[in-house]
Amino acid sequence: MMLMGERDIVMCRQMVRKLTQQIKFTLVDQTKMITAASELSRNTVVYGGGGEMRWEIVQQGIKTGLRLAFEDKGPGIPDVSLALTDGWTSGSGMGVGLSGSRRLVNDFDIRTAVGEGTCVTVTRWK
Amino acid sequence: MERIPILKMGKALLVTIQVDLQDQVALALQDDLSAQIERTGANGVLIDISALEIVDSFVGRMLASISGIAAVLDATTVVVGMQPAVAITLVELGLSLEGVRTALNVERGMAMLAADDRNQID
Repeated sequence: MMLMGERDIVMCRQMVRKLTQQIKFTLVDQTKMITAASELSRNTVVYGGGGEMRWEIVQQGIKTGLRLAFEDKGPGIPDVSLALTDGWTSGSGMGVGLSGSRRLVNDFDIRTAVGEGTCVTVTRWK
Repeated sequence: MERIPILKMGKALLVTIQVDLQDQVALALQDDLSAQIERTGANGVLIDISALEIVDSFVGRMLASISGIAAVLDATTVVVGMQPAVAITLVELGLSLEGVRTALNVERGMAMLAADDRNQID
């Protein structure tokens, strides 16, 4: 799904809720995944200048999980390890978006290049 | 754009957030509440978030800033009804909601504001 404006952040949350319910996440797990999606989609819209979210229900042995990828073609992040520090913010946020959403998921991967864009992939297992 | 209604109950303002908040709506609520505190002279603000399924850093910041603005305008803010799953997620996300007072439900929140009010008069 496309993430171009604020309305899409709300749509993204609703989409992730539906997906987490579909694979029967517990309420706490649903809430964590939706919150992470909310933070990451806002990053895509506000800092990445828009982009898209892709989703995939993944299987690993007997484990089922939900994987989300947030990709933009924005300015990229010059210093990723700094950006993952609590309290770091490039804008008007509280500086917990990236670092906080990392704590809400099981797997977290970020690929970014200055001038090319950013792709954050997160997975939460049931 | 939709707006969140603000009700006046005695000396307090009551806000019940029942929709999935878009960022602009959250910002508008902040402005509307500060205007209403000034206009009505309310000394308490009760924000019921029991219908909110998530509180992310944006909404968290909005709650903290409403509570800060209200304090400067001499009003106490109490956030009530946070769902347990939301509380767990908030803490893990790293939001402490510093300076925001909370209560389990509207009834306890109202009692908190009433107690504050009595202390001020004494």
